Amino acid sequence: MSFISYLISGISLGSVYAIIALGYTMVYGIAKMLNFAHGDVIMVGGYVTFIAVRSMGFSPLPAVVLSMAVCLVLGIVIEAVAYRPLRNAGSPLAVLITAIGVSYLLQNIALLAFGADTKSFTSVISIPKLKLADGQLTITGETMVTIAAGVIITLGLVAFINKTKTGQAMRAVSEDKGAAQLMGINVNRTISITFAIGSALAAIAGVLLCSAYPSLTPYTGAMPGIKAFVAAVFGGIGSIPGAFIGGIVLGIIEILGKAYISSEMADAICFAVLIVVLLVKPTGLFGKNIQEKV
Amino acid sequence: MGKAKTKVKFNKNYLSYIIVFIVFVVVEVMSAAGLMTNQINGLLIPACVYIIAALSLNLVVGISGELSLGHAGFMCVGAFTSATFSKIVGDSMNSGLRFVIALIIGALVAAIFGILIGIPVLRLRGDYLAIVTLAFGEIIKNIMNIIYLGVDSKGIHLALTDPAKLQMEPDGKLIINGAQGISGTPKNSTFIIGILLILLTLFIILNLVHSRTGRAIMAIRDNRIAAESIGLDVTKYKLLAFSVSAALAGLAGALYAHNLTSLVAKKFDYNTSILILVFVVLGGIGNMWGAIIATLLLYMLPELLRGLNDYRMLIYAILLIGIMLFSSAPAAITLRERVKMIFRKEA
Repeated sequence: MSFISYLISGISLGSVYAIIALGYTMVYGIAKMLNFAHGDVIMVGGYVTFIAVRSMGFSPLPAVVLSMAVCLVLGIVIEAVAYRPLRNAGSPLAVLITAIGVSYLLQNIALLAFGADTKSFTSVISIPKLKLADGQLTITGETMVTIAAGVIITLGLVAFINKTKTGQAMRAVSEDKGAAQLMGINVNRTISITFAIGSALAAIAGVLLCSAYPSLTPYTGAMPGIKAFVAAVFGGIGSIPGAFIGGIVLGIIEILGKAYISSEMADAICFAVLIVVLLVKPTGLFGKNIQEKV
Repeated sequence: MGKAKTKVKFNKNYLSYIIVFIVFVVVEVMSAAGLMTNQINGLLIPACVYIIAALSLNLVVGISGELSLGHAGFMCVGAFTSATFSKIVGDSMNSGLRFVIALIIGALVAAIFGILIGIPVLRLRGDYLAIVTLAFGEIIKNIMNIIYLGVDSKGIHLALTDPAKLQMEPDGKLIINGAQGISGTPKNSTFIIGILLILLTLFIILNLVHSRTGRAIMAIRDNRIAAESIGLDVTKYKLLAFSVSAALAGLAGALYAHNLTSLVAKKFDYNTSILILVFVVLGGIGNMWGAIIATLLLYMLPELLRGLNDYRMLIYAILLIGIMLFSSAPAAITLRERVKMIFRKEA
């Protein structure tokens, strides 16, 4: 029975990773850059919700919407100020280093604004626990909501990418920026929209993460952000179903590793997964192989 | 033309050595004049450590063109292996000789890790390489956090996760104590040794860069496919740069370990790797003397200006973004060209 309960909490954590990984994979697929600051947008989402509920007296749902809006704007601003000027830079290192800088900037602004102390986040989810198998197996409301959110967001995004005009534009930009521009697609706006969606999803992930693990510090987002990138690579970067499955698998690996191997080694196990995936199948589960041309 | 060019290169080459020498003289004069406070004295050796680390990272980022985010991992390896050696040998060896051997061991073991990690990592490129080096750095830190190592009359015992698993004799002493790390490492590091190691690092890197091998490494950085097509062994050269850099980082770690009485793996996390990267970026990627000056500025200034200490990381972040935008954005480059043109016209 304990195995099943580990499995369920693994899927729950995996759903959070999946939601973060969706943002990563979309941005990577379209802007071809590793947005290091994505994890810290999660943290901002967490803080905005925390303040909205605690100090401004918002009820949970409007607070989440507010934090999505703040992160959405933040995503657009980060892209426009820090990443767009470097889009055609000579060295690919430039934008990567800038992204690391943005990540640090967000962390340190949060550190100065909110302090280094751990804020205890009150869960925004008020669904009662579910007891199964004569009380041997409990599933918390947070777990159920997180898993449901992961599934709904993934399905919604798949529909959005395949059915809407903006989604089509995104796919076109990810295939070939130049050709997309010639077809009359506004590349800058498409990339902005991608960042906006990714960041709004990060806000949701932040709220869910902090509801399940109720401690909030300026560094809350960093590790889940990196792990979600691992998930995105695992599923194949650029692929939305891949990000979802990669996230779930990574969440399960992490929780089982924590339970059966060593809790200190859980992070190391996640990273070992990344290394193995990149060495065995660098394109991930659902990724496309892009051949480099002269 | 040709002659003038070689002359310029020579000057730049010596500039790094000259800067180190000036720093050394300034510090010696200040301490002779009694101007050194305890606080500044305490910063000298860590500054040397970070300069060596920044120089070695610059070899990978600037010369080889790969972003490594796990540099602190190699420092960690060097620090722990050298400190373990010094602790095991203890007083049975002359302290000077012991320290030299400890430094060599730290560098060598870090180099071995560099090769082992480099072989899989260097198959990857760009963002993937960056994230995998980050992953390796974190794995090293995590493993060092759970290692227990003890010595008794029967030899060396190693265990993971639990010190009780060591099963030592009563006379045994614990050397690496998991997350508490190593304590009581002999304090052999001095400022002069630090300066000598910086000079050694510079000597190795500058000679490598200006050799045939160094040109091959830079050719691969500038155009991998073209370099491959003229018969350069890409993996070999990349691995060489990566492992030399790891060895020098290990050296920095060994110097660091012998400066403090307690050594914990937590110190060598992702943030330390980024800190070193900031030094490299501020000094100009690929620019060795720039890295030295940037490290001195960024490391010493916030420590000296107490009020700035809270904002230190914020300043680093803004510098990182600002410098990258200014130096690499196409718009900024055209702007700089225009400004240059205006000055040229006036002259």
